[in-house]
Formats: sequence, C-alpha cells, structure tokens
Amino acid sequence: MTVVVVLAAALLTAGAVLTLVRAERGPSMLDRTVALDVLTSVLVSGVALHAAWTRRTDTVPVLLALALVGFVGSVTIARFAAVEPEGEGRVLTREEVALLEAQRRAEQEDEEASGSDDDEHHGGPAPGEVRG
Amino acid sequence: MTVVLDVLAGALMLGGAVLALGAGVGLVRFPDLLSRMHTAAKPQVLGLLLMLLALALRLRAGSVVWMLVLVALLQLMTAPVAAHMVARAGYRTGKVDSERLVVDELTRDLAMAAGIDLLEGDVVDDDGAPRGD
Repeated sequence: MTVVVVLAAALLTAGAVLTLVRAERGPSMLDRTVALDVLTSVLVSGVALHAAWTRRTDTVPVLLALALVGFVGSVTIARFAAVEPEGEGRVLTREEVALLEAQRRAEQEDEEASGSDDDEHHGGPAPGEVRG
Repeated sequence: MTVVLDVLAGALMLGGAVLALGAGVGLVRFPDLLSRMHTAAKPQVLGLLLMLLALALRLRAGSVVWMLVLVALLQLMTAPVAAHMVARAGYRTGKVDSERLVVDELTRDLAMAAGIDLLEGDVVDDDGAPRGD
C-alpha cells in the first residue's frame, strides 16, 4: 500500500506543479482560474489519498468543504473577467508605475479643477463587468 | 477479501493520480483556453470520483461513505457551473478563436439573432433566407 500511495502522491505533486506553471504563465486571468481550479481538485485528491493511507475519517469534512466552495473563486473571477490588452499580464517596471501614477494624479487634479460633481454614480455595472 | 479491496483501492488511487498529472501536462501544453478547460475537467470529475471511490474502499464505514457520496455529488454539480462561467467569460472577452473550432454554434446563432448571414454577408431573416423586399 505504501508504494502505491507514494507513487500516487508523486503523480499528484507533479500535476500540481504543472498547474502552478500554467497559473504563473497565464496569459489571461481565465487561464489562471482554470489552473487554480485544477489545483483545488488535486488538493482534494491529495487529502483523500492521505485519508485513504492512514484510514483517518476526520479529514473527510475537509473534502466536503473544499468541494462545496471550490467553484466560488472561478465563478467570481469569470463574472468580472474583462478584455485584457496584450502584454499587460506582467509586472510593471518602476518607471512604468511612476508614469501611470503621474497620469492618474494629473487626471485627478483636472477633475478637481473643473469641479465636476460626478461622484454620485450608485448602481449600474461594476467596472470591468462583462455584458452582452 | 480485504486484500482484494486494498488492491482495488490502490489501482483507483493510481488512476486518479494519473488523471491529475494528465491535466497538469495538458494545461501546460495546450494552446488555448477551451482546450485547457477540456483537460482541466478530467481530475475535477473522473479523477476525484476515482479517489473518493478508493477512499471509500479503504474506509468501509457507512456514515463516512455517505459523506463521500455527498462530496462527489457537490463536485458533479459545481464543476459544470464553474466551467460554464469561465467559458462564457472567455467567449465574451475574445479568448475563443472561431476559426479553429469545428463547430461554433454560438457565433452562428448570435449572428442570426443580429440578422447577419455569416456566409453571404447579407442581412437575413430568422430562417436564414436573404431578406426580400
């Protein structure tokens, strides 16, 4: 039994590492979401494997909880998926962050200078929400 | 009898673990969102069911096995919901390349609903015939 369990654990670990590779590479948020979904089910499989090995029954509620809430994350991300321009799925350099910050501040000052009272927009779609 | 059950459980465990590995390989190697979702479903449904079956064969205690049935049912209900949401978001954000699909009924139906015939480029009625005057 031990040999089988170790072999299965090695296979699960390899699968988990590969899903992490995809979660890191992306390229889009949805690819990462799919990868993390798989990671959740590999985690459930791992807990089940451990329970089967040691014949413990007290980790079974963990399986139940993971199966119950595992899909919430991907549904939430999918709900707010937005079109991502090419090349934006990366960490910005320090200069780019400074540039973006300066732009944002200039826009904010413009808004304050023009004195528009457009800050009352309750309701309506959330920013980045997909419609159609 | 217990040996037979243990051997069976070991085989099922290995099956589930192989599916998890296969999903990992597929996720890394496959080129687009829909094909990655196709491999992602393998450990989510079949792999998990095999693992739970192996666990049930090892535990052999009534009350816990019913809990495992509940886990399997929940996974069977929630995995399609998540997949549906992700695929829909992928379609709407342009991750689905219609050219590479063998069947793409959604694009066709949306075009029909908008009154555009994809092949002719003409405006058509609901039955697909060109709109006459």
